Amino acid sequence: MKDGFSLARLYAILVKEFIQMRRDRMTFGLMVGVPIMQLMLFGFAINTDPRHLPAALHIADDSVYARSIAAALKNSQYFDIVAIAHSPGEGDRMLDRGDVTFVITIPVNFARDLVRGLSPQMLIEADATDPVAAGNALAAMSELATSALRDDLVGPLSVRAAKRPFTPVIQRRYNPEGITQYNIVPGLIAIILTMTMVMVTSMAMTRERERGTFENLLAMPAHPFEVMLGKIIPYVLIGYIQATLILLGARYVFHVPMFGSLTLLIAATGVFIAANLALGFTFSTIAKNQLQAMQMTVFFLLPSILLSGFMFPFRGMPVWAQYLGEGLPNTHFLRIVRGILLKGNGAAEIWPNIWPLLLFLLIAGSVALLRYRRTLD
Amino acid sequence: MSVLAIDVHGLTKRFGRKVAVDGVDIAVPEGQVWGFLGPNGSGKTTTIRMLCGLLKPDAGEGACLGHDVLREPDAIKRQVGYMTQRFSFWEDLSIRENLEFVARVYAIPDRRAKVDATLERLGLKARQNQLAGELSGGWKQRLALAACMLHNPRLLLLDEPTAGVDPQARREFWEEIHRLSQTGLTVLVSTHYMDEAERCDRIIYINLGRIIARGTVADVIRQSGLITFTLQGRDVRQYLPQLEGRPGIEHIAFFGAALHVSGHDRLALESAVAPLREGKDIAVREEAPSLEDVFIHLQGQVKAQ
Repeated sequence: MKDGFSLARLYAILVKEFIQMRRDRMTFGLMVGVPIMQLMLFGFAINTDPRHLPAALHIADDSVYARSIAAALKNSQYFDIVAIAHSPGEGDRMLDRGDVTFVITIPVNFARDLVRGLSPQMLIEADATDPVAAGNALAAMSELATSALRDDLVGPLSVRAAKRPFTPVIQRRYNPEGITQYNIVPGLIAIILTMTMVMVTSMAMTRERERGTFENLLAMPAHPFEVMLGKIIPYVLIGYIQATLILLGARYVFHVPMFGSLTLLIAATGVFIAANLALGFTFSTIAKNQLQAMQMTVFFLLPSILLSGFMFPFRGMPVWAQYLGEGLPNTHFLRIVRGILLKGNGAAEIWPNIWPLLLFLLIAGSVALLRYRRTLD
Repeated sequence: MSVLAIDVHGLTKRFGRKVAVDGVDIAVPEGQVWGFLGPNGSGKTTTIRMLCGLLKPDAGEGACLGHDVLREPDAIKRQVGYMTQRFSFWEDLSIRENLEFVARVYAIPDRRAKVDATLERLGLKARQNQLAGELSGGWKQRLALAACMLHNPRLLLLDEPTAGVDPQARREFWEEIHRLSQTGLTVLVSTHYMDEAERCDRIIYINLGRIIARGTVADVIRQSGLITFTLQGRDVRQYLPQLEGRPGIEHIAFFGAALHVSGHDRLALESAVAPLREGKDIAVREEAPSLEDVFIHLQGQVKAQ
């Protein structure tokens, strides 16, 4: 007898699946809760037209015009004057460290030349490692040049207001042609390392637990620290292989400039890999099975991509999202890689981003060790 | 008096509100083989796990091999071999790699020689590079035992080591256990097999987390005070319905072609089986109850409470 499709059997399987879905609370929560959370998080945080970018002002010629330009920059909402540079060198250092996205210089004799109708230059140096971030702000510059001094240039000077009273000169630093790959390719080192490192280690303990070998491991006289290190070190090696491959690709396929010290980059990469592995190991002590470990990895990976400044300008995010971003190792490593490769940063410049990685490593490592149970309780 | 390899008192373990092990006392002298019996979920595995430091007891105290079970789990782990109920070696490592791993973790001197000798003794030398996951149940069990013995433990804790293993392999397994115990090794082995229980120097019977019988097999049978009549003959099974529920009969069990009818009240039991004596086909004899009769009785007793 031919046995056809049976609704009753389909129903039986449906009932079983729904029961099992309901029993696995954590998976269910991740499936329902996470999309809602992420919608709210990323929906509000991501902004492709970043405003309030930090800028430093170097005023070599103080005048009423300089002050009006500063006010106009601020009113445009694209620029937040967060610092005053007292010399061109100081402005450079601020850009190098990534403290500011722009350094705006009002040169000597600016007021005099302006009054004489010589349309003096105003220099805007932009950190173009992320070409997208600075783009709209720079576009706003030319409009600003005509409107900024409208209220100052009255009476006999009103003739100066008719055409552009001064000329903004834009310098895109570190990436003059605004090549997107220069920004994305080094950033990929961070993303790829986060993805694979967290994923493999998050499964490290759950796999032992699922296969029943964990009990055996526990019955042996192995210290948790030994187990953790033993499970992490092989992946440090894998991480370095990945980083090397991406760097080779960056160099020879995408021709990304590499100004800084590769030794420094290798050292910083080690810290970053270790931080990710420690986090993965922590997940591994929490997740009940490999599926949950996987979900936790994805849960961590999304903000690492979206809130770290990899996909969208970091400065464009609201302040609360920037705080969240600062908590992610990715954010700091992105700045380190871009800083070393594109800006030629040295140890002193990247230190502000190294210590957060070390702190993260310390916290994640301690949590992992505390959560690692030496018994089956 | 001999030295005790296991000496624990009042071991208690709770999981949430459920008491898995409730005030267990065990004292096993060195060099003996003790059987640990009881129905599924009675607390055998939990007790064994507490003995080797895998679970922290909620109450109780004591020592394994002279080391405090609460404070010195690491010292205990170094001298105890624990064989889990489920095969827990790495199936994606070869037989040799598993043994080498264990040897390294315990920092065993002359590792290669030791592993070679173990493979030789197991008869697995030719298959040493095969993945452990490809072994049959019996071979897995032999590998697991060899791996637990690699560091020459003084105490072996075996949790249902012979579940799902064929009779021949079980026999060989027990011969190995007895051979090892001759060398001074102490063994605590949990099992559901009566024939295995009878191979032990002493047995402990646990139910619902409490030890309710202990001693030699003969002791346990005697202590039960059980009286058993064996009914043998053609179609003896058909009498089951008419025997069930008669006063004096506490339980009835099949043993091959025979029925074992057991109870405590000899007079009541006699009168219960009396009608069957009249037929010529059935032989009714009073015999010493088997261990299984006693266990079924003990299990029923706990249920009744």
